Amino acid sequence: MNAAFPLMGNSGGAASTASSRSRVGTEGSTSPAPVTSPLRMKVTKINFYYGKNHALHNVSLDVATNRVTALIGPSGCGKSTLLRTLNRMHETLRHTRLEGEIALDGENIQSLDVTKLRRLVGMVFQKPNPFPKSIYENVAYGLRINGYQGRLDDAVEKSLRRAALWDEVKDKLHKSAYALSGGQQQRLCIARALAVDPEVLLLDEPCSALDPVNTAKIEELLFELKPSCTLVIVTHNMQQAARVSDSTAFMLNGDLIEFSPTGQMFTTPSDPRTEAYITGRFG
Amino acid sequence: MSARLIWRKTLNVTMLSLTGLCALLTVSVLFSILGYLIWNGGKDLSWNFFTRLPAPVGEAGGGMANAIVGSLKLLLLAALFGVPIGLLGGVYLAEFGGRTVSFLVRYTADLLNGVPSIVIGIFAYALVVMPMHHFSTLAGGFALGIMVIPTVLRNTESFLRDVPSPLREGSFALGANKWKMVATVVLPAASRGILTGALLALARVAGETAPLLFTAFGNRYWSPGWMQPTSSLPVIIYTYATGPYEDWHRQAWAAGLVLLGLVLVTNILVRTFLSRGTSFERS
Amino acid sequence: MATTPNAATPADLAWSPRALLRRIRSADEIAHLITLIAAATLLLITVLLVYQLWVLSAEARTKFGWSFFVTKTWDPVAGQFGALPFIYGTLVSSAVALLLAVPLGVGGAIFLAELASPDLSTSLTFVSDLLAAVPSVIYGLLGVFLLVPIMRTTIQPALKKTLGFLPFFQGPAYGIGFLTAGIVLAIMIVPFVLSVSREVLLAVARDQREAALALGATKWESTWKVVVPAARIGIFGSVFLALARALGETMAVTMVIGNNPKIAASLFSPGYSIAAVLANEFSEATGNLYLSALIELGLVLFLLTFVLNGLARLLIVVTTARGSGALPT
Repeated sequence: MNAAFPLMGNSGGAASTASSRSRVGTEGSTSPAPVTSPLRMKVTKINFYYGKNHALHNVSLDVATNRVTALIGPSGCGKSTLLRTLNRMHETLRHTRLEGEIALDGENIQSLDVTKLRRLVGMVFQKPNPFPKSIYENVAYGLRINGYQGRLDDAVEKSLRRAALWDEVKDKLHKSAYALSGGQQQRLCIARALAVDPEVLLLDEPCSALDPVNTAKIEELLFELKPSCTLVIVTHNMQQAARVSDSTAFMLNGDLIEFSPTGQMFTTPSDPRTEAYITGRFG
Repeated sequence: MSARLIWRKTLNVTMLSLTGLCALLTVSVLFSILGYLIWNGGKDLSWNFFTRLPAPVGEAGGGMANAIVGSLKLLLLAALFGVPIGLLGGVYLAEFGGRTVSFLVRYTADLLNGVPSIVIGIFAYALVVMPMHHFSTLAGGFALGIMVIPTVLRNTESFLRDVPSPLREGSFALGANKWKMVATVVLPAASRGILTGALLALARVAGETAPLLFTAFGNRYWSPGWMQPTSSLPVIIYTYATGPYEDWHRQAWAAGLVLLGLVLVTNILVRTFLSRGTSFERS
Repeated sequence: MATTPNAATPADLAWSPRALLRRIRSADEIAHLITLIAAATLLLITVLLVYQLWVLSAEARTKFGWSFFVTKTWDPVAGQFGALPFIYGTLVSSAVALLLAVPLGVGGAIFLAELASPDLSTSLTFVSDLLAAVPSVIYGLLGVFLLVPIMRTTIQPALKKTLGFLPFFQGPAYGIGFLTAGIVLAIMIVPFVLSVSREVLLAVARDQREAALALGATKWESTWKVVVPAARIGIFGSVFLALARALGETMAVTMVIGNNPKIAASLFSPGYSIAAVLANEFSEATGNLYLSALIELGLVLFLLTFVLNGLARLLIVVTTARGSGALPT
């Protein structure tokens, strides 16, 4: 531990699980991880424009398979924008333009069919947004539209278990999703995204609308998902990035300032701007 | 691409195109109506049309001067009767109203607005024609006036409420009492919107036929004063269109063009230049 | 200070005009009173309207009772008045209108809310609003001279040939009748379905669409399976609204429906609607019973539209207020 990283061990709420996780987090990142794991996604020098606004400048990023990559930075730095290019969600807005290459398993995502891409690269949003349907139907939605051949009941149960929600909802699958608490709804959204078995799961500040107890539950969930899924998480909470991620990217004003293994970034950041941010001098 | 994906994408394009077709069809009706009216009606518009009285039945060369004047008189009565009540009622709702009374008034206005115009005609017949034992311009103006009230009332209330509080508070701070504030600051600020609402309401009743059928009734000659039955544009269109004479049919087209022209021009001008529009005007 | 022998006591003066005027202390209270009177006038008019409808239809109501609604004969000469042909005609023409207008209107609304650029959406909605402002008699004019001949020469024969095995498309076809009236009504009510449906669709929160798309749904799947169901209630509201308009439509209907109090399965048959018979026979009604029967029909029409409009507003307000559904924290 050093002075630059007083965050370790100061995890509020579910203290014991958090600190054990943070230990594991640093453990994972002190091993030479990114080099030996293959890359699931690779972003190469992309530039992104909202109309005339040049929002991302020459950003490159490696997303390692079965690891958690965190994107941190102050408000407006472009981390959510970057996240959304990974599943081409920016195309739902008008007047956006993307230049550069983003590859999924070596294939350029621009040449992939977009609906197929979005099944492979799922997304969980900041504010829980379950459909106004039953819990069961929320999870089944993705399966139905993709023409799932197997037994829906089994697939729904599997997703809800992976999202650590099954025990809480198994008796009320046909109740409305809105009857759940905020934290449960977010886990439902995760289950919904997992139902179509994505290779990558993108999470856009998934815990910002939740209390510490639910935050801890979801962070634990992310850890359990790692072996079967690659995760990219945007967070404005540095302690969270430190707790859950293997690699972290720091962004500022549309530039990717630094990208390194988490333990390294939070103990010995190479860029002075990174250091200023993580020690709280701005942000 | 799998077969299922191809099917989904084909369905996507097909259904979305169909919706575009629906929108196109709906919209093209207006242009068809206009086009047809201009073509058919334009031929018979002449100076005679605007200045002469109807010719004896079967003879050509008559005009619609009395119908045009009759419509103007009816509109004047409708405005004199309906606009003040609507305006003051709207002021009441926005500035003075208590909760229950306001709810009642709004509900009643919506109720009255939804009453079919022919039923309003029955009411005007009962209230004005029956005691007087004959049809009259007054009865017709009364019927149209009733139809004007709800629109003007809700519209006035809406625009008065939209006047921002700082404006009202500024007036109070200078020592104005409530009435002065409303009359000198709030009403002028909302005047554009209120005016547009009134104009649109009048444009709407200008085209109403049903309530006039047994109130103002009709007249082949000039209608002096306000106590005689009078001809009007919408009623004469109806009478001539359903009559047996070719000449009458031609005149109906011309009159239709004039009526539609007036209504559309008023609507377009008012909606584009003056009004922010409230959804109430449509209903 | 000195009391005069016959000064009136305060109690006597309390209700004198001078005292009352003194109590209205400020201009504010005058304004309050005047505006209240205006609002009260509205209430008075509405109450009077319902009252008149009720009282003037009394003769027919007491004479015929509930059988009024199931009697088929309308014979003013013999004093026989039955409402069934008009109720039938009103319902049938409105049903045809809804069948045509709802898919068209909802489809167009989907296009405007989900696909069109904001500018295109606004312009087309503007055009739709203009359509809603076109007077009924103009639609009637076009109906009589444009639609009826086309029905008679082209559409009705074609329907007879292809679907003539159905009772709806049998019998002589003169261009007028239930089907023609339904078509004209459909054209008239589509703008209402379109603009209200568009509003309720737009009110569905953005993140619902994003959630669907992020799962790999096509735009149509996102729209049809998520957005439209979320706005379903409001869309029903728009349908009720349109139906209420269709029921009360007078001029365009009376010009093309045939004005014959007949009940027939065929859509080519001439018929009558409540509003149409009122338009045609009211001014010539002789005798109190005749008039009373007509006014009872007016009362029926009033009640029908009252209920439908009330329901419609409730449904629409509920949907636009809550967007895609309030989330509990």
